[in-house]
Amino acid sequence: MAVGAIRQRSGYLFLGVILGHILLISSQVNSRAGVPVLEFVTFGIFSEVQRVIASGFGGVRDVWGGYIGLRHLKTENDSLKRQLADAQIAVQQQRALADRARGLQQLLELRDRSNLKTTAAQIIGDAPTPDFRTITIDKGTLHGLKTDMAVLAPAGVVGRVIKPTARSAIVQLLIDRNAAAGVIIERSRAQGVAMGAGDGRLRLEYMSEAFDVAVGDEVVTSGIDNIYPKGFAVGKIDSIEKSGAAYRRISIKPAVDFSALEEVLIVLTPTPLREVSPGGPE
Amino acid sequence: MRAAGIVLVVVVSVALQTTLNRFIVRENFAVDLVMVAVVYVALTAGPVAGMMAGTIGGLIQDSLSSGIIGIGGLAKTIVGFLAGVLGTQFIVANSLPRFVVFLAATVVHATVFMGLYVVLDLRHFGAPYAQVGGQALGNAFVGVIAFQIVELLPGAVERRRAQRGRLRR
Repeated sequence: MAVGAIRQRSGYLFLGVILGHILLISSQVNSRAGVPVLEFVTFGIFSEVQRVIASGFGGVRDVWGGYIGLRHLKTENDSLKRQLADAQIAVQQQRALADRARGLQQLLELRDRSNLKTTAAQIIGDAPTPDFRTITIDKGTLHGLKTDMAVLAPAGVVGRVIKPTARSAIVQLLIDRNAAAGVIIERSRAQGVAMGAGDGRLRLEYMSEAFDVAVGDEVVTSGIDNIYPKGFAVGKIDSIEKSGAAYRRISIKPAVDFSALEEVLIVLTPTPLREVSPGGPE
Repeated sequence: MRAAGIVLVVVVSVALQTTLNRFIVRENFAVDLVMVAVVYVALTAGPVAGMMAGTIGGLIQDSLSSGIIGIGGLAKTIVGFLAGVLGTQFIVANSLPRFVVFLAATVVHATVFMGLYVVLDLRHFGAPYAQVGGQALGNAFVGVIAFQIVELLPGAVERRRAQRGRLRR
């Protein structure tokens, strides 16, 4: 169809398209049901395109790095990286275990923590627009993924699954403007909420002025949000603005370098709170 | 430009955006390649083509992101149509006017996109002036360079062919 043929009616066409968009938006705003069919199909198709592109890029990179470059060194490096990632995860789990040993209540949760079941996934696509901070991974409902499952990296928390399809899923990064996680300052045990600032950083909200917060403090997940398991690294406080005694803005530098992510781990084990809250977000 | 061509340009831009996003989105600097493609189509093929490109590109972006399907589509449809109208009413054959069109298009897009999210109370953006400014500059630079490449490429290929022909003789 030639575009020139419909140019004469462009004004009406424009109004029609705008109206269509408005209807489309209206049909979704109040909906609380799962993933819309249009979204599911479009994302399902395009995620396959992303998978092909990612595997194409991966193939070229593998050929270059594995055969033309230093093949054996790369293999060894990959193996060491994997071991380091495992060790870092283990360190974080150990730190979380140590936190939990502080009280009898937490001792009960220790059992759940030690049973964290995860699955690894590869990133096959980034966000389609700079206004959202998401990634697409190559695992979906067929691999046991569900909405609101936590996604981790060796360095710390990455985000949560928001849109799973059969063979892929969209993960909302913790730095997205709409993302948030319950956190705790490791040193002072002060609780707050870490929210995406939209500029690659996080801001700490709902922090009482009664608590002591200092630049350099480690921030870890508190587990209170029912999504992220307790004790995983979120980031470090890198700036504090105060107005009088109250905190005006507390900025957190994320523990994870989101621009260098290649693989992530999805926590398949539900957090204890999820198990006891029927009709929850799961 | 035929409908298939518009779809191809938009799909390639989405594929590039989802592949290169981590390299072209920084703290206060970002490039929206789909926006660049929409404005390019609008300036070269008119308002209807721009509107089509905006609708298709915006809806694909919406469905791939965590937002409401239609908000990005609406914003890009408006931008595509307006850029196309500008392209037919004014002479935008030089780099400077094109740069201004890309800048303005990004600002209009951000206003509609963020405005709708804020009005519907679905997402809050704080004071995103630096980010919108950075994205506008990024889109404008990439857009102008894309125009230059597309316009210079056929000439360069011709010159190279002619040079080869002379060497053979």
